[in-house]
Amino acid sequence: MADIHLDAVTKIFGKQVRAVDRVELTIADQEFMVLLGPSGCGKTTLMRMIAGLEYPDGGRIRIGGRDVTDLPPRKRPIAMVFQSYAVFPHLTVADNISFGLRMRHTPKADIRRRVEEVAGLVQLGPYLERFPAQLSGGQRQRVAVARAVVMEPDVLLMDEPLSNLDALLRLTFRAELKRLVAELKTTTIYVTHDQVEALSLGDRIAVMREGRIIQVDAPMAVYDRPVNEFVGGFIGNPPMNYLRGRIERDGGTARVMIGEHALPVPPEARPDTAGDVLVGIRAEHVTASDRAVAGAIEARTEVVEPLGPQLLVTALVGDQRIKLLTHPDFAIQPDQPIWLQPDPGKLRWFDTGTREAIVPSV
Amino acid sequence: MSTITTPRQDADGDGEAITQRRRSRQHLLSRGALYVAAIVLAVWVLLPIYLISVVAFSTNDAVYEYPRQLIPSGVSAETVTFFINATGVQAAFWRSVLVAVTSLILSTLIGAPAGYAIARFAFRGRDAFRILVLSTRAFPIVILSIPLAVTFINWGIYDSIFSVALMHTALALPFTILITSSIFVSVPRDLEEAAQTLGCTPLMAFVRVVLPLALPGLAAAAIFTFVLSWNEVFAAVILTVRERTLPALVLSSLNASPAPFRFAAGFTMLVPSLIIIFIIRRYLLGLWGRVSR
Repeated sequence: MADIHLDAVTKIFGKQVRAVDRVELTIADQEFMVLLGPSGCGKTTLMRMIAGLEYPDGGRIRIGGRDVTDLPPRKRPIAMVFQSYAVFPHLTVADNISFGLRMRHTPKADIRRRVEEVAGLVQLGPYLERFPAQLSGGQRQRVAVARAVVMEPDVLLMDEPLSNLDALLRLTFRAELKRLVAELKTTTIYVTHDQVEALSLGDRIAVMREGRIIQVDAPMAVYDRPVNEFVGGFIGNPPMNYLRGRIERDGGTARVMIGEHALPVPPEARPDTAGDVLVGIRAEHVTASDRAVAGAIEARTEVVEPLGPQLLVTALVGDQRIKLLTHPDFAIQPDQPIWLQPDPGKLRWFDTGTREAIVPSV
Repeated sequence: MSTITTPRQDADGDGEAITQRRRSRQHLLSRGALYVAAIVLAVWVLLPIYLISVVAFSTNDAVYEYPRQLIPSGVSAETVTFFINATGVQAAFWRSVLVAVTSLILSTLIGAPAGYAIARFAFRGRDAFRILVLSTRAFPIVILSIPLAVTFINWGIYDSIFSVALMHTALALPFTILITSSIFVSVPRDLEEAAQTLGCTPLMAFVRVVLPLALPGLAAAAIFTFVLSWNEVFAAVILTVRERTLPALVLSSLNASPAPFRFAAGFTMLVPSLIIIFIIRRYLLGLWGRVSR
């Protein structure tokens, strides 16, 4: 049992920089939590405080109900995979994996059995007697994972473990890692700046920015319902489209205007406000047509990029740019007119001032 | 190699081939220059060593022979034996070894932690400290030696090998500190932290992870201290009267001694430095070959 409670955890670098600012976060036992954010958002610092490598300037950290804030790393029930792998170059693969067990004075027979078991799990069996210098980057990464996993920690911490691999390996490892962690049922915290990794791996994602957690939710919930403009723009590729719009009220009826175009939006999907709003829509939630469609917004095609499974089209609505994904067979050329129909149920609304989401009241 | 070409081929060849040929010729030239430089340097270092060795093992008569024979006519241990059995030489030799080893141990014990601190911790005045460390070497040894001699007399440790070892430690420390700090910097901090998350105290992490990785570099720093101490003569002459180290003894008796004695002395001075460097060098290469990526 290892749930994690972070209570107002704060880290200040220098005198002014609040790297981590009063973070509150509860991670359930066996949960896979991803800390996601741009570089410098404090996600690694937060993880290092959970590991005990950094001492918080404020707040408490509890793991499995026990306050570990004042404990050094070796007394915490954690194991960590470093971004650089931090594999010991002077030890063989087997000695690297068994390092932690030897520090714990585990009986020799046990060590050998567990090392072989874990090495099998990450496909390092044939390489146990090699030195790290004789391994590829991917294999070194497996050593780092095996070295952490063999400790059977209550909490597994991973700091951008895939960021040093090439794109293809990253894809393979992502799936492998997901399977491994699901098998182990260890509570896991995973730091990354890659939103695809976050979406694909996490049970929940905590999006961080400037030392604060701004949204914690299941991956698709974060993707579909970002709490502010930043989250919508950071998660998803291409990022969420934002169009300047206006809600005009005339007695009981209301219209959503994008420039000169009225957007048909059912009342339950529309906020109760009036005036300027920011309308957010994902690229895959816009239907495009090369012929005039009633109720559709007319736009001009600017760029067409075939991505393989889809076509990425950049279009101009008045002076506002919008990106949309269409079927790859959609025949459209730059400078042609294009008619866009956003899925009204997928529209998101943001305050033009605060950039926070406005949630329709129904 | 395409460097040998007839003029006609040159004329026929297109521009690209010519530039390529020119480039490979430049390459050859720079390689050649490199080899020449290396050979000149090697001869510069090896020739005196060779001459000293040859003469040291010649018969007494052959030492005075002129012109000098590059290939020894007869081998004899006569000269070296004469030197080794000369009064005070053996005692001085062991004193030198003792002084060098003591300096090596002291400078490593003091210098390595200082180097580690500079490498790992950001403390107030770190850069100032780094420069301050070097400033001991800004003073000529003469200026340092005389006041030191007075101090040592006051402390009652003048004319002892310990005082010479202290002096040599002080001379070696700047290099030890700077060399070891650059070694510790090259050991990634992640490794230490990884060891700490795997159950090590900071000290254990240092001993089990940093030290094995830093050892080749630390050994290099130690060799440096040993050689520095072994060859240092000025401070040794000022700080001792009867308890002379070998260089001090040789220097002070040089004018009064015959040529065979000088060559034998040179040879005896040379050998320990060479042996030590060769032994530790092999160990260095072995470790580095295994450790480096």
